[in-house]
Amino acid sequence: MGSQLSYDIAHLIGATVLMAGFSLLYQRRVFAVLNTFAFQALALAAAAAWQAHIQNAPHLYFTAAIALLFKALAVPFALHWLVEKLGIHRTVETALSIGWTMIVGVALVALSIMLVLPVTAAASALTRESLALAMSVVLLGMLMMITRRNAVTQVVGFMALENGLILAAVSAKGMPLVVEISIAFSVLVAMTLFGIFFFRIRERFDSLDVAYLESYRGDRS
Amino acid sequence: MTLDSLFANPLLLILAVPLASAGFLAVLPGWRLASWLNIVVSGVTFVASLTLFAHRPEPTRLLFIDDFNVYLVALTTFVGFTTSIFSAGYIARESAAARLSDLHLRFYHSMYQAFLFTMLLALTANNTGVMWVAVEAATLTTVLMVSLYRSREAIEAAWKYFILCSVGIGLALFGTTLVYLAAQPVMGDGADAMAWSLLIGQAAKFQPDLLNLAFVFLLVGYGTKVGLAPLHAWLPDAHAEGPTPISAVLSGLLLNVALYALLRFKMLIAANPDTLAPGPLMVLMGLSSLFLSGFMLMRRGDIKRLFAYSSIEHMGVMTFAFGMGGPLANFAGLLHMTMHSLTKSGIFFAVGAITQNLGTKRLNEITGLTVSHPALGWGLAVAVLAIAGMPPMGVFMSEFLVVSSTFARQPLLALPLIVGLLIAFAALATRLTGMLFGEPHPGQRGHGTNSAFATWLAYGPLWLHVALVVVAGLYLPAPLVRWFETVAKMLG
Repeated sequence: MGSQLSYDIAHLIGATVLMAGFSLLYQRRVFAVLNTFAFQALALAAAAAWQAHIQNAPHLYFTAAIALLFKALAVPFALHWLVEKLGIHRTVETALSIGWTMIVGVALVALSIMLVLPVTAAASALTRESLALAMSVVLLGMLMMITRRNAVTQVVGFMALENGLILAAVSAKGMPLVVEISIAFSVLVAMTLFGIFFFRIRERFDSLDVAYLESYRGDRS
Repeated sequence: MTLDSLFANPLLLILAVPLASAGFLAVLPGWRLASWLNIVVSGVTFVASLTLFAHRPEPTRLLFIDDFNVYLVALTTFVGFTTSIFSAGYIARESAAARLSDLHLRFYHSMYQAFLFTMLLALTANNTGVMWVAVEAATLTTVLMVSLYRSREAIEAAWKYFILCSVGIGLALFGTTLVYLAAQPVMGDGADAMAWSLLIGQAAKFQPDLLNLAFVFLLVGYGTKVGLAPLHAWLPDAHAEGPTPISAVLSGLLLNVALYALLRFKMLIAANPDTLAPGPLMVLMGLSSLFLSGFMLMRRGDIKRLFAYSSIEHMGVMTFAFGMGGPLANFAGLLHMTMHSLTKSGIFFAVGAITQNLGTKRLNEITGLTVSHPALGWGLAVAVLAIAGMPPMGVFMSEFLVVSSTFARQPLLALPLIVGLLIAFAALATRLTGMLFGEPHPGQRGHGTNSAFATWLAYGPLWLHVALVVVAGLYLPAPLVRWFETVAKMLG
């Protein structure tokens, strides 16, 4: 297979992850957010598998499998179940209007392209562009965490950010420990969410709106 | 791995002991036995870490020891050990007051050792990726510990900690990936391009632009974990709401580990002549942490929050010193790291005893300690005066070195530094007099047993730390000074 084609495919998949990152920003329903996130994770799994293929690095198939099983299936299903079970608001509460969020998002993508492309002049075209895409996904994930108030959407934002990190790691040719890193992230999310918060937060707050978490603003003497 | 290789390389032993204990303590019923075992294994780890000074193992692909991290390993295991002693007394009283169930305590002891393991792994890892995984795991264990009490505030604190520090370490991972990409053309694919011991010799050939970009991500990422303003928001909550022994190791050890990670990367950047100087950014963040926390110290109403802000202040001073760079400022930064660890964990031992003796964390209800609890009150007094920077204690010496080395090179920067230190000093001194003197507050009622033994388990480590800080202020042994100088040169 020509290297041009494999480059194009990698580029296409990476761009799909980024587009999914954007579409996370304008969802108004929690379930739609979860579905979009599952789609993004699916695209990430495809990206990892494709990198495993073109870099001839079989361990990346593990990363792809983790993305597929854990992020694209297990987490969205579990969050879906929790939202239903706990009767959380089904609408996304925004701290910044969707229009503004999209504008900031576009600016962030422009920023990451302008930052990454000049400094990676020596690297291969594939690495450069994957890195720019990955950094955009990371920044969009952060934006989502900042502008969405619900705990579920914050977690989804964090995992979208993490998708960008994994995309960067799989695109860095020959980077060791990518599998371990993706496992570490999965454990962090799984333990924190299901071990602690979702089963406890309900008894304490009766809502997953993080505004409740912010009522206690430090202390005043 | 055979048992022989475990003893041949003390590093493996130092890591294996806490890891195995974490597993064992998770299944061991009965908190009494667990808290003693916790002390024993922490002590074994400390002794094992001392053997590193006598015999330093060769770097392997995974682990290495050099002049820099050997001292942090010793410090970490020492404070881990003394905190485990304090923890035994603390836990006994919490359990007697039925504030924590047996299952929670089993989980607590297991996580304590797991946390020590992750910190030691982060310090000794010879691989940027392994170090990252270890710092991430340390975040996970501490998030779980902060939420231990399950109160509304504890869960809020843990949630904030999880969200902010996860994003922080996420960004640090991006920076780590960028450093790998910068190194890869020189070092080739694979683990070599992530090994500290190999990277440092070749750093001059890496792509400088990529390193610059990477450092921004690493500074923001690991800087969140260090608690540098404006990324510090998780720190006071996490310190205030978790169990007090955890506040002690968070302040005394985890912040150091995060700063260590940052400094390792700074060494790489500094070894490359074409990169931007990382110093000014660190100086700026250090100063802003110092000022922010100085003013925040004035308004605190909660004793644990008060000292959490004081930790932000001191991490700011260290970051400032390392940002200034040069042998003298680095020396001061290293000394300050040690002194702050010892003093601040000692203060949290006192705070733990105070909150249990008086049953409150509110500063305005904590009064007259020298009357009601003289041993505790005066211990706290010395420790707080030390942390505020009074001579002759060790913190004064390191702060004095930071200030004087700044005066010598950048007099204009010394001015805000001195002002910031004075603000923090004034705030702490005012708070301290309120706590020490006057009539004991009428609402005070302690919880847990009042057994003398449990009490001395808290006072003993407190006085030990205080004594060390006072002695270090009066007399630093010559080998220690020489060795700080060597490390200060390494840091560039």
